[in-house]
Amino acid sequence: MADVGKLLTDIVGKDYVSSEPEELYFYSRDPGLMPPHKPDYVVMPDTAEQIQEIVRLANREKIPVVPMGAGLALTGLVIPLKGGIVVDMKRMNRILYVNEIGRYALVEGGTPQGLLKSYLEKNYPRLRHSIPDAPPTATIAANVLIHGQGRLTQQYGFNSDMVAGLEVVTGTGELCKIGSCALSGDWFSKGAPMPDLSGLFLGWFGATGIITKVAVKLYPRKSLRDVEIFVTDNEDLVPEMVYEITHTEMAEDILIFTQPLPMMFKDNHHVSFYITGDTDEELEFKRKIIWHCLDRFIKSKDGGFMGVPPVMKPVLLESPQRSASRLADVKKGGGFEYSGPIIMVDKYPDCARKVKSLAEKYDLAYSGMGRVIDAGHCMMFAFAFAFNRADEDMMARTRKALEEVSDFVLKIGGLYWKPTVDEQRMALEKMDSNTRRLMKMIKNNLDPNGIMNPGNWEPGTRGWN
Amino acid sequence: MKYEEIIHRCFRCGYCKFTSDYFDFNCPTYRKYRFETYSPGGRMWLIRAWLNNEIENSDRLQEILFSCATCANCVEHCVFKFSEDLVNIFIAAREELVNKGIIPPEVRDYLKNVSISGNPYKQPASERGRWAEGSIIQSYEGQEYLFYVGCVGSYDERGRKIARAVGELLVKAGVSIGVLGEREACDGNEVRTLGEMGLFEFLAEQNITLFKELGVRKIITLDPHAFNAFTKYYPDLGGKFQVYHYTQILESLFKKGALKPSEYNVKVTYHDPCYLGRHNGEYEAPREILNSIPGLELIEMEQNRENSFCCGGGGGNFFTDILGGGSDSPNRVRVRQALETGAEIIVVACPLCAKMLEDAVKAEEIEDSLEVLDLAEIIIPRLP
Amino acid sequence: MYSLRFDSDICRTCPSGACLVKCQYMDVDKETAKEEMVKISQGKDSFVLEQCVTCYACEEYCKRGNHPFYLITEKREEKGILTSPRAITKQWINIGHPQGKYIIGGIKPRILSFGFMPEFLKMVKGRLFEDIMPSFIFGQEFFCNVVYLHFANTSIIKERLPMVMENFKRLGVEEVVCMHDECYGSFAHLAPAYGIEVPFKPIHYFEYLYKRLKELRTEIRPLKIKVAYQRPCSSRLSSDKHHFVRDIMELIGVDLIEREYQDENALCCGGIFAMCYGYDLAHDVQTRNINDMVAHGAEYCVFNCPACQSTLGEKVAKRDIKPIHMIDLCKMAIGEQP
Repeated sequence: MADVGKLLTDIVGKDYVSSEPEELYFYSRDPGLMPPHKPDYVVMPDTAEQIQEIVRLANREKIPVVPMGAGLALTGLVIPLKGGIVVDMKRMNRILYVNEIGRYALVEGGTPQGLLKSYLEKNYPRLRHSIPDAPPTATIAANVLIHGQGRLTQQYGFNSDMVAGLEVVTGTGELCKIGSCALSGDWFSKGAPMPDLSGLFLGWFGATGIITKVAVKLYPRKSLRDVEIFVTDNEDLVPEMVYEITHTEMAEDILIFTQPLPMMFKDNHHVSFYITGDTDEELEFKRKIIWHCLDRFIKSKDGGFMGVPPVMKPVLLESPQRSASRLADVKKGGGFEYSGPIIMVDKYPDCARKVKSLAEKYDLAYSGMGRVIDAGHCMMFAFAFAFNRADEDMMARTRKALEEVSDFVLKIGGLYWKPTVDEQRMALEKMDSNTRRLMKMIKNNLDPNGIMNPGNWEPGTRGWN
Repeated sequence: MKYEEIIHRCFRCGYCKFTSDYFDFNCPTYRKYRFETYSPGGRMWLIRAWLNNEIENSDRLQEILFSCATCANCVEHCVFKFSEDLVNIFIAAREELVNKGIIPPEVRDYLKNVSISGNPYKQPASERGRWAEGSIIQSYEGQEYLFYVGCVGSYDERGRKIARAVGELLVKAGVSIGVLGEREACDGNEVRTLGEMGLFEFLAEQNITLFKELGVRKIITLDPHAFNAFTKYYPDLGGKFQVYHYTQILESLFKKGALKPSEYNVKVTYHDPCYLGRHNGEYEAPREILNSIPGLELIEMEQNRENSFCCGGGGGNFFTDILGGGSDSPNRVRVRQALETGAEIIVVACPLCAKMLEDAVKAEEIEDSLEVLDLAEIIIPRLP
Repeated sequence: MYSLRFDSDICRTCPSGACLVKCQYMDVDKETAKEEMVKISQGKDSFVLEQCVTCYACEEYCKRGNHPFYLITEKREEKGILTSPRAITKQWINIGHPQGKYIIGGIKPRILSFGFMPEFLKMVKGRLFEDIMPSFIFGQEFFCNVVYLHFANTSIIKERLPMVMENFKRLGVEEVVCMHDECYGSFAHLAPAYGIEVPFKPIHYFEYLYKRLKELRTEIRPLKIKVAYQRPCSSRLSSDKHHFVRDIMELIGVDLIEREYQDENALCCGGIFAMCYGYDLAHDVQTRNINDMVAHGAEYCVFNCPACQSTLGEKVAKRDIKPIHMIDLCKMAIGEQP
């Protein structure tokens, strides 16, 4: 039996391996609700070559490998379900290259969102990437790996749609280039016009390989930005409102929120949208077009533009929004978890009603939040519940509420976003059987020893065949 | 443990690790060790785990808790309402360890030395005033200000040079100051941050009693750490004085036109000490001073003011050296940042920062490119 | 329990029909004006109930002590004619809901009332307020509730305002200096119109500032700047105090520019229009208003109402006019920092 600890030390150096109780304690958890599972080692590599060696070692010794960014998915995706080696990617946090005219940035597999944002603001002020509202420590690679969404998602799709190429270490330890970079010196596409291999990794949560480099598409950053909120008391009209706004092709991010607190938000649905421009004229033009597209709702008194209070505006204009993280302390308990299924926009009303009724049923603080994806082709609806980490009963009720959400999602034809292991299992059970077989074939081939984040997307887990 | 009822509220989101604009990591221990456990979120979760008996006390846990430089970057950047108590929580955890006697030997030695000798250098008290010998600085006999020097300024080789420079500058500028010399007792700030509350109170009471006896009303401190203790903790122990850091006095002297240094064509950068800056909100006085020196060009580091990157000397590390060396130790990271600005001098306003950064300059082998000087050391040679 | 004191005979015998004739948003002659007001008082339908945009001005135009706008609002509510979208009304009902988070400073016989606008907490510093502070109240429990006139909802006013009066009564204060123009309008004009007893003397803060400035006369350094005044809708409910604008400006050496949209012809900030009616009306009113300020050389735009200021502040700033609240202007005049 090999001394894995020593072998890992040989690969990354003694300062960057630990099997101490402190690291094992911390890395067996995330801020969400999943119960802890202890790893055996935590390592922090600095190069792709080191990662290759770790994966090869894991294959030889049949030890699980679980890559992680900042662990902020909250659904337990980086918790080592079967122990093994947690690979904390965050030492690999360099920004490697920005191509201004081609509008892409190449970063390492552990580069945080905040770093790229700051770097671009200082060096390429006319470019930005699609940043999520997760804390800025969240990594770019992990975010695309879970098909995250961000500021530019309404316009350009999931953050993974904005990937322009990958470098990965496969489950068997090969270093592989995915996308245009495999053939060209430039990183401008994750697949097209060749067969798109990015799908072998994106959305697999590290179960097929580890991302060591990711290129993200950059988009224009304008000098002015503003936010408006259109309020309605009738959730059934929200899909039409979204349809009208997206038709104008003038909006940046579109987020709809419904929550009982603070009191001014009670019982209403708030369709917030952002506009950007390089001149006042441009901004005002967009504002006018969008305001007018909602005229019929104003006329029928079904909705109106609220005045955004001066203290609220800067909070809404932050990127990432710190207020998103503050939901965790609503119950003075440092916790929140949400299920954020991807749904068709016309399911917003059902979801809005459901999150409210679940909160009432389980006596929980909630926030319902929808983010429009790709001009309204679908939307992410977050059923978010805040909990107190020191209150076991509240945590149990929150878990139950989220379980009900999982059932509900499939009923309305939605798909799980960053699914928990249970949701993954439910998805696999219910999906088209040939699709499932295809997934199984891919997983088996890319990870023949079943060591890559085992328990995730895995045939045979928990009684599933 | 104090603050026990809020420990579970940490969301381990990591805002605490960054600067305001997410330009880079700004938590010195996280920057060095890179394990999440060495970040503020890591400490919060581990303290809770330890209090709940989910993990046991160990060398590593002690290293995690005692390596914290108490620089307050987390206090500055945590997005939650309890952020103001983060450093207090880490100190409270240390207090628990101190009370149980389970602390690293370096911490134990420091506390023992202060307790026995009244300073961490194991030097006799009679030597405490030596640094002022032969200078124009007088002993305290009722002057307008007590110039309080502290242990580093009194005993450390580099610290003494700075104490002398600052003291002489104040005298030359016509400020009425006096020093206590061997009568001075340790201010206790570092003792307090290491969690030894009993010893801190003992030292504080010693100082307060003496100051009152001597009729002290106004104090100028050399060291931001003393400034912190006198301003924040001495009042509750009965010690209410008007406390200034020497840069604040210098600033008002410049404003009055009492100091007119000659031209100095040099590029400098300024390192904000954590206990003057983030802890006590004084960012501008030193800058006003530098901007008043004709010919001097002040180039800011990217990480400045409330985003200043700690030299790693706080939280007791100056004495315990738990935050250790290596190319990612905070002081070495900091001087590399200073070098990048193109500055020839990194200006400091704290004797601990001075020594930490000077050691780093040597370790980085950039002595020819970068000099570490206190504000007073820049001004004095340029006075008539 | 509380009902509007309205006399339709006053309308029938009105020599001018000023309320609607002078209306800036409807084109109505004298006879039509009188007819429509009588019809409305009789509970009949009228185009006025559809077209009134809630600018409050007719409360000022009527010099015969009747309450045309309050009547329009009452009848709209009876007939279920909405001005604002339902969600906006709901939001404002929630915003004004007492939350138990009120703050009471050190109470003296005379106090400052901030409504629940947090801006005032920062503004009331310095010599202008040193005698009266820290005597103040803040919170929805002391809210004037006037804003619901914009949302054609007098029921909520009749429900909440008496409770607010109770809260004041419990404080036992004699004089309340209303820092928001709306509060003064509510306590001095609206409440009496509904027979709601006001257990204190309301004082308009302009009057307070004027008196205080006179006391500090020797400290005043004439500001010598040209300003435009943004008159809020609520000022129509307290038109007897409007003269203080000129009085203060004269006292502190400010050139209050004469412009088209001033005094009775003033244009409101348009904030409510945007919420209720969409883009065009608000945009038109704001553009004309600001163009008028620019055309007459305004360097500053002085605001009375914080809501006007948050609506128009950025817009005037973009045209190189500095937005400033009246309180801050007065502070400037005695050498204090805003």
